[in-house]
Amino acid sequence: MTHPCEFEILFDGTPLPCRDGWTVGAALTAAGIRSWRDTRHDGRPRGLFCGIGICFDCLVTVNGQPSVRACLVPAAPGDEIRSQQGTGR
Amino acid sequence: MPDLPLSPRTSPTPDLVVVGAGIVGAACAYHATRAGLSVTVVDSGPIAGGTTGAGEGNILVSDKEPGPELDLAVLSNRQWRDLADLPLDDTTFGRAVELETKGGLVVATDQATLDGLARLVATQRAPGIEAVAVPTDGLRDVEPHLTHDLAGGYRYPQDMQVQPMLAAAHLLRLARRAGATVLTHEPVTGFLRAGERVTGVRTPRRDLPAGAVLNAAGTWAGQVAALAGVTVPVAPRRGYILVTEPLPPLVRHKVYLADYVADVASDSAALQTSTVVEGTRAGTILIGASRERVGFDRTVSTPALRRLAAGAVRLFPVLRDVAVIRAYRGFRPYCPDHLPVIGPDPRAPGLHHACGHEGAGIGLSLGTALLVTQGLTGQPPALDLDPFRPDRFGPEVPR
Repeated sequence: MTHPCEFEILFDGTPLPCRDGWTVGAALTAAGIRSWRDTRHDGRPRGLFCGIGICFDCLVTVNGQPSVRACLVPAAPGDEIRSQQGTGR
Repeated sequence: MPDLPLSPRTSPTPDLVVVGAGIVGAACAYHATRAGLSVTVVDSGPIAGGTTGAGEGNILVSDKEPGPELDLAVLSNRQWRDLADLPLDDTTFGRAVELETKGGLVVATDQATLDGLARLVATQRAPGIEAVAVPTDGLRDVEPHLTHDLAGGYRYPQDMQVQPMLAAAHLLRLARRAGATVLTHEPVTGFLRAGERVTGVRTPRRDLPAGAVLNAAGTWAGQVAALAGVTVPVAPRRGYILVTEPLPPLVRHKVYLADYVADVASDSAALQTSTVVEGTRAGTILIGASRERVGFDRTVSTPALRRLAAGAVRLFPVLRDVAVIRAYRGFRPYCPDHLPVIGPDPRAPGLHHACGHEGAGIGLSLGTALLVTQGLTGQPPALDLDPFRPDRFGPEVPR
């Protein structure tokens, strides 16, 4: 059975469609969002780079926990994702 | 002034070939060129590719008991401070190498350890070490995120930190601007001799004749010495460091538990960990320090990493929810008596050594380089070299 939207997560308050087994990074990318973090010193945009948990570029705040790797963390129904400025702390 | 190319200079025979492009080799190349010597540096790998690139960048006086190593640390500390203000392009050497005069904070978990620390502090005053007592209720003024249940500590204003790879690279850059040549990825495979005398080194690509040869090969210095037919008993002591995600400034000093000093001086081969925590300019926090004697085993030791993390959280509870983004290990070059090997080798005239600095080579590099250069140029040494003699271990030392 295929279903276009199994559940929703929130990104900066906006609902995004998500499916079981997706990471937060996958959901953001599927919604056309390419960056969700600004670097600490120059405020430059960052999103997925390596996509496999090595580079720590895709850090994002998930349910209040800052600096989570979007490419690794599985998305769950109702997750509140926040874009992150700098360290997020 | 533009950097000189990294190309071999074929013409005149240099005064000195330095084997090793780590921090000690780099510091020696810098000092020797400043003294007017012509220098070629050769390394089997890249710049700072061995132990220099696998540590924390300690420039410490606090962790040493009175003796030759502390004297060398004091000499070196002064030189790091002098070098910090040297103009370098549009900045200073200190800023370029992330030299931070942050000071150290040594803390004790119980009164007995604090009493022992107080005794150490008392003996360190004569050699010129400043230490300021910090009572229990003053610790959090110095380090706001420290755990509450500590007995007290001492602040050591002279302790510093540097980014060691930047330091080695910039020292070599300064040496090259003064005419030195740096050859990387070129292992030394033998020595050139004229009778007993060492007259240069051989690599797979060329012979490098020189007025003198300096063995600054760090943890691999014993192998280099063996090529010259002499024994220098340098062996690896493995240490791990954890790196956290970048954070806002949380840790101001280099903070460590007082039992670190005893661990460093220990002769045990088993895994030892003592908590050392410090921030870096990049925002990451470095967590050490483990030490164990397992040869050049590069496999990951989860027990060591777990103990380091637990120790850091014990000292700084705020780190409990912080992610470690990587861990790395280095092989510290240690000698049986925990002292470096510095100076000319009477068993092989023309060969000098500057190696075996264990976990203190970054800090001790500049003082070592001064002593080596004084030896090469016939100046009286700033410190008595006898405790560092290459032949002090006897003719045959079991490994």
